[in-house]
Parts: sequence; C-alpha cells; structure tokens
Amino acid sequence: MEDSVDRIAEPWGGRTPYSRHGAWPTRVDTHLAEGVTEDEVQRWVQSASILHSDGDAMDIAVKDGRMVGVRGRAVDRVNRGRLGPKDLFAWQANASPDRLTRPLIRQDGRLVETDWPTAMDRVVARSRELLEERGPGSIGFYTTGQLFLEEYYTLAVLARAGIGTNHLDGNTRLCTSTAAEALKESFGCDGQPGSYDDIDHADVIALFGHNLAETQPVQWMRVLDRLEGADPPRLVCVDPRPTRVARRATVHLAPRPGTNVALLNALLHETIRHDRVDHEYIEAHTVGFEELAARVKDCTAEWAAAICDVPARLIVEAAEVLGGADRLLSTVLQGVYQSHQATAAAVQINNLHLIRGMLGRPGAGVLQMNGQPTAQNTRECGANGDLPGFRNWENDEHVADLARVWNVEPATIPHYAPPTHAMQMFRYAEQGSIRMLWISGTNPAVSLPELSRIRSILSGERLFVVVQDLFLTETAQLADVVLPAATWGEKTGTFTNADRTVHLSDKAVEPPGEARPDLDIFLDYAARMDFRDKDGGPLIPWRDPESAFDAWKRCSAGRPCDYTGLSYGLLRGGSGVQWPCTEDDPSGTPRLYTDGISWAHPDRCEAYGKDLVTGASSGVVEYRSLNPDGKAMLKAAEFMPLHEAPSEEYPFQLTTGRTVYHFHTRTKTGRTPQLNAAAPDVWVEISEADAAARDLAEGDLVEVGSPRGSLRGRLRVTGLRRGTLFVPFHYGYWDTPAGFGPNASVPGRAANETTVTDWDAASKQPLFKTAAATLTLVEKGSGRHSPAPTTTASEPGRDSGVPATEGGPDARVRQTTDDGSSQEGGRQ
Amino acid sequence: MNGIRLTLRVLHHGERHLAEELLTVADRHSTEHEVHHVAKDLAGWSREHVERLAVTGRAYGLELDESPAQPSPGLLTLMRQKAAQAVGHRPEPGLLLLRDLRDLHLDAAENSLSWEMLAQVAQASKDTRLLELASSCHPQTLRQMRWTNTMIKNISPQLLTSL
Repeated sequence: MEDSVDRIAEPWGGRTPYSRHGAWPTRVDTHLAEGVTEDEVQRWVQSASILHSDGDAMDIAVKDGRMVGVRGRAVDRVNRGRLGPKDLFAWQANASPDRLTRPLIRQDGRLVETDWPTAMDRVVARSRELLEERGPGSIGFYTTGQLFLEEYYTLAVLARAGIGTNHLDGNTRLCTSTAAEALKESFGCDGQPGSYDDIDHADVIALFGHNLAETQPVQWMRVLDRLEGADPPRLVCVDPRPTRVARRATVHLAPRPGTNVALLNALLHETIRHDRVDHEYIEAHTVGFEELAARVKDCTAEWAAAICDVPARLIVEAAEVLGGADRLLSTVLQGVYQSHQATAAAVQINNLHLIRGMLGRPGAGVLQMNGQPTAQNTRECGANGDLPGFRNWENDEHVADLARVWNVEPATIPHYAPPTHAMQMFRYAEQGSIRMLWISGTNPAVSLPELSRIRSILSGERLFVVVQDLFLTETAQLADVVLPAATWGEKTGTFTNADRTVHLSDKAVEPPGEARPDLDIFLDYAARMDFRDKDGGPLIPWRDPESAFDAWKRCSAGRPCDYTGLSYGLLRGGSGVQWPCTEDDPSGTPRLYTDGISWAHPDRCEAYGKDLVTGASSGVVEYRSLNPDGKAMLKAAEFMPLHEAPSEEYPFQLTTGRTVYHFHTRTKTGRTPQLNAAAPDVWVEISEADAAARDLAEGDLVEVGSPRGSLRGRLRVTGLRRGTLFVPFHYGYWDTPAGFGPNASVPGRAANETTVTDWDAASKQPLFKTAAATLTLVEKGSGRHSPAPTTTASEPGRDSGVPATEGGPDARVRQTTDDGSSQEGGRQ
Repeated sequence: MNGIRLTLRVLHHGERHLAEELLTVADRHSTEHEVHHVAKDLAGWSREHVERLAVTGRAYGLELDESPAQPSPGLLTLMRQKAAQAVGHRPEPGLLLLRDLRDLHLDAAENSLSWEMLAQVAQASKDTRLLELASSCHPQTLRQMRWTNTMIKNISPQLLTSL
C-alpha cells in the first residue's frame, strides 16, 4: 500500500503495528526532489544516514550526476526501509550554493582562495617547524563523529605513529565518551552489548535521559509500532521534559537535572531490597555485588525523592516496573552523558542489568547510545582518546601488538599517559603548549561549552588552526587554512552505528569544485610529511577507501571489534552487518556477552578502570586483585552535590539538547529548506508554573544568562519541570549577519554561550545540562510565537494559539508497506 | 588513651589543612577546569572527616573544631582567581600546578598514614567506634591520593616538555 505523509508535520510517519517477538514490518520511505519521478532516477546508490547514530540504510537517487532524493533500504535490519525527517530531506544541503569549493588561506587577516598545493604546503611547513622546535606535543587533531571508518583509521595512524602526538580526539567526546567509559568500567571493554532488535522482544523499555523520539526517530517508530501491536512493552522514561517518550510512558520521572546518580541508587536500592535480583547470574558473571548493595543500602526512595524532587511513590513504581520485567531493554543518552556524574550514572544502569541478569538474550539488553553517526568508528579506530582496536594504552603487550601492525617501534606510539581528551587539548591550546590544531568535520566554535573562551582560543595569534569542512562554519571563519571537504554521497567508505552495525556508503555524485574526500586529504598530508615505518617504507601504504578498509581489518583482527569477515563486496548489495564479524562467522554478532563477559580479563581488557567520582586511574595491580577472572564489574558510586547549583542570583537550571529537525551545528540541517522552516531559530522553554509566576507567555523575547554569557530567544511554555529552562543547542551565527559569534547588533544565539567549562572526571565528557541561569524579559511577545516546533517535546499547552508545525507539499513522503491493512496514518 | 588522643588530634589538623589546601588550589587554578572542580569535591570529603573527627574526639575528651578550615577571605579568593585568569594563557603556571598537586599528594599521604595508625590503635584497644571511623574515612583519603597521582601522571608530560 502507498501513502503520502507530510513528514515535517508527522515526523514518525504511519504505523505498522506488530506484536512482541514478531518481525518488524517493512515500510519504505521515499522522497524525491520536486518534479522528479521514480522512473527518471538513473541510479540508486547504496548508503546509510550520517545524521544520527542509527545508521538508517538508504539509497541515494541520482539523475544527471545530481542527487535527487533518497529511499530507505527495505532489506536492512536497522530501519526496514524507514527514514527519519533528517534522513529524508538533509541530502539537499550537499548541493547548497555556499559549499566550499577551493582551499582558503589567511592573508593579511583575511581568508583568500588558493590552490591545494599552496594550502597543503602551508600546513606541512607549519607542522615541520613545530615538530622541530617544540616536538610532537605541540600538534593536536580534533576530528568528528561524521567521517568514515577509513578516514579515522588513517588519521589515527598519521597522528599517533606519524607525528607521534598524544593529542587526537573526536567531537564524539561531547556525545559518546560516557557510553564508551561506562562500558569499559562495567565490562572491561567498549562495545555495545545489545542490539536494536531487542526492541522487538522487550516487555519493558527504560529510556534514561534519552529522547529517542527526536534523536533516533526510526527506532522510535519501532517502539510506536510495538505500542500499537499485541503485548506492547511498558515504558519507563527519565527526562525533565515532556517528550513524546514521556507521554507514552507507564512511569515518567522528571528529576532535577544533575541528580541521576541519586535516582539510580534508589532504583538499585529498591531492586535489591525486594530481592528482584538474579543471584545465579551475579555469582557466575560479576564481582562487586556486596559493595554495591552496601552503597545503596540507605538510598531509599524517600532519600532520593528529596534530592531529585520527584515523588517517592513514582520511584517505587518505576522500580517495580523495572524489577518485574522479564526482558528489560535500557537505553541511555545525553540526559545522562552530558549531565553531572555522567559515568557514575551510566554505570548504575549497567549495574541494574547485571544484577537482574538482563543481558545477552533477545530483549534483555543495554544500549549505551551514541549521539553521532560514526562515533563508534572514532572509538574503534583510536581517533577519540583510545588506541585502535580497543587496545589498552597501559598494557605494554597491547602497545607492542599495535606497533607490530604498524611496523614501528612501540616507543613511537605515545602511551605514557591516556590520549589527551578534547577539552584538555583546548586547554593546552589556550596555554600555548599546543600550537597547531587540525579540526576536521566539526565546529567547536558552536558546539563546545563557554563559547567566548573557545572563540578567543581559536582566534589567538599563537595557534595555527586548520579546518577541514564543507562550509565556512563559525570555526572555519577563525582558521588559518580552510580545506574544502567532500561529504556523504560524494565519497566511499564504511561506518558503524550504535548497535555495531557496519554499513557501506558508496559515492553517488562528484563533490563540488575542488572539494576532496577527507581520506584523500589525510593521505596527501601523510605523503607530503613523508611518514615512514621502522624499515623505511611508507607508514601509510594504502591509497583508497577499500585498501584503507583492508588495513583496518588487519588492525582489528582478534580484537573485540573484529572486522576480518567483512569486505566491501559483502556489504555492497546486502545490508548492515554487526561486528565482530570473522571469516568463520560472516553474518556478524547480534549481541555481545551471550555466554558471560568475555573481554574483561586483566590481560585482555581495554582499560583498568577509573574512580567514578575523581577520575583517578586504578592501575593494573588493583584491577587484577578486584577482577582476576575477568568478570563484569559492579561499581558503586555515591551521589555528589552539583558543581553549579541554582542560587538567588541564578535561580534556574538550564538544560540544553538536540531536537528532531536539527543535527550537529546545523551545517546541513540549517541549509535544508523543510528542516530549517520547521525550527528556524533558537527558543527558550519554560514550565507553566514558572511562566505564570513571572507573568511570561508564549512568544515573549527573553534573555537567558549565566556567569559565562547570554543568549536571546522567544519563549515556549510547556510541561517542562519547574525551575528548569531548556534551550536547543547548536544554533550558531553563520546564518546571521554576525558571522562567527554575537556582536553589537546580533545578540547571543548559541546555547553554549552560557554552558560551563566542566566535564565528567571519568569520561571527560563536557556538561551541557547543568548550568545555573537567569531569565529576563526583553520584550513582550504581543501576539508573536516562538519558533519552536509543535510536534515534539516543545509542544505548547492547549489553547496557546500556536499554529501547528507543517511542512507543506515539499515535505510529502511516500510510504510503501507490504500489507495495506496495517498502514494507518495520523499523529502520534 | 593518650595515643588515641594524639592521633585524633594530628588527623584533625591534617584533614583541616588538606581541606583548606584543596580549596586554595581550586581557586589558584580556576583555569585548569578539572583540577578546579574535582579539588572542590575532594575538599568536601576532608571537611566531612573534620566534622566526624571532632564529634568522635569529644568522647575522648578532646575539643576539636567542627567547622571546616577557615575559609579563605573573599577578597583573597577573588585575587587568586583573577591572577589565575590573567596568567591562564601562559605555560609557566603549569609548573606551579604540578608543585601544588605534589603538595596535595603529600598532605593526603600524611593523612593516610595517620588513618592507618588510628585503625591500628583502634584494633589494639578493641575500639569499634574508632575502627569504623577509620574504615569509612580512610578509603576517601586514598582516593584523594590516587587523584593527585593520576593528574600529575596525565599532565606532566605536556607541561614539562613544553617549557
């Protein structure tokens, strides 16, 4: 059956209900440019989405050398043909007229166009100069979560073994480092234990700080389809906002931001007190239960209720639902990861699963989610503060093994300290010990906390900044050299989603002008720098994506993320495959830890663990005595008071986040007509009670201030928890007359003008959700409305008079299902 | 009893001193964000130890101050922060940071040894109350030491090679 739906007005499209343990029906979503029919499409080129961490598989429609649309891939297990609004529309941004087409270099204070040899010579000359004068520690690389595996791996080899620097991290630090850290703390190794297929089988799905409806809309469609089918799951939602998830939840807890550890300790307390635990599983597969039980002994629901400001009975009710589950799936995202005590909280969710024995079976799983599409690859390839292949930098044998793969001396690879995390790299740049920063595919001048500080670091005289991107972003405007990059659809490579599914993305069209694939840029740099291995051969002998992939396969062999069974041939034409995937097992691995914990042994583990409060390293001796047999570790953590609590001066708690119509710093989604129209500008959400108390209403122009800076936006009154403000992050300045930051005529617009420079001590992930803030009225709305969408968590209250968010004819998407009888339109 | 009183007094002084030093270092290095925030958290542990030592001390005829170490005068704190910001763009304060972390480590190590002594005398005199106190506070002192050690290990390569 076919159906056409306005997918801006209805982001999740029509329903295809299915019952528990059933197969999720196929629904193919297709969107073509206006006037183009399916018959006119000359080629469909296989790819997957890079606008969130789901990896929705899709085909790109090509006509006359141009992208003209997309279609979901029905054969893929991740999305069964469905696409989210960003997947459906954002491909159009590739063809924006303001794409960078030639390299730029700074001359007399201005960026001017130049050719590739001139630009690269400048980068190489500066690199050589710094290596000679100040050593490898003066050069840093800050990459993204949106390149391909082949590119990260190449970057990791050139940075670690070529330059020999310890300073390489991804912006995945901002979205996914807590997921990685929590997995290392509990299981000794990174790697998602569960699978998206667990949604088909779970009877309880708990979403901790995870607005699935907006961050992973296709998996939310899967949940919605289960909710409409037989034997639907019950949802537990922890979120201060009235998200779509919260509206469908059996229990919705809206705790005070920054109190997740208190809440989770109370949930663990209730679970243990009622003996809803699997003693056999605990005995066989874990260490540390006694300490955990002792730590949460006094963490009653009443105790947590006072800290979290939620009713104790709701905590008890949530614990009952979680404790009564026979297949529990938990998902975790930024409400935990970007908040106070991030790792400690995420680890308590692992603990809940471990003590209940809820792992390794269909429906029983943990999804420590990623925010960015290829975040998993930065982690595997060692471009995010780990060594490639989940090797342990503190284990000399692991380093020696990596040195063997790269044919270099172990001492070439810096491993005297943990790879430097992004926030520390910016600190070193501020201090002047890092003198060159190469930023690829990310926009720290909008995405990092305390933007006035970041702008001052990037524009400092001492720091040589290279930016490799698609557009003249806020960051690129501050660079010394700008390299125009090709993007998704214009280059070939693979990438891995949050449930370990590897997809191939083929080149569909040529990049504009002289823009080049990131891989080509890195290879060009490596060649110009003439990096050599210990026998004098080229350090990086590969030349193209497929040979880079083969090099990575050798590096991953025998590691948890083993890719040796994968090839472009296997992935092309087929569908995504979950690692580990070996030649003996070419269909991949749906779930890790089906037979107990396998990578936590002291000789095999990726990390020896950290103190969850202080971030202090434990060291191998302690690890070995705590966990000699390599079981899962139940690590307890005490609740610590917030670093920045509300005060008389700053009475609100400010929380920030992503919404369904925008991604990263809007470099693509802001240039997509349908998405931009749906959420064109920043806004400020406030609770009904706070608005009433201050005589504020929908559409009032307000200023949100913190000790770091301020922003202005129009107000939206919602069911948000009292005392809290919400601002969508990543609205920047490229589409304002101001350029890269606020100025006298353009007030602050980015949420990160206000956020605090503070990070989780264990994962080093910055805190974007716990600033204290003021709110002041600038001007009454007088009938104006906030630009916030009405279709999402920012939905206004009844009788607000706000017109519904709609996309119109340009946003209509064709949905095709196998079984017409199950297809129902309508809003969720 | 004299030995117990002596040890309690030494510990009380040591924890009070460490709490104060942690706060001072947090202020002095307000542009080293991780040090700034975590040092404040850790000062909280020492403050709590001071309180518990004072309460316990009463049973042994000691009058120890329950209040945390004298908070730095507001003006001084402000001056330290301003000074930290002013030199925040230069590499040399890195050396001062390493020295401060080293001093914190030594202060915590001293306290750790005192807790060890208290636990030993508690066992020898079968004093369960003191043993409980030592067993619940000492692990936090060890965590303070591990933190300073880790920070020094992580940042000294960069700070010392860039001078």
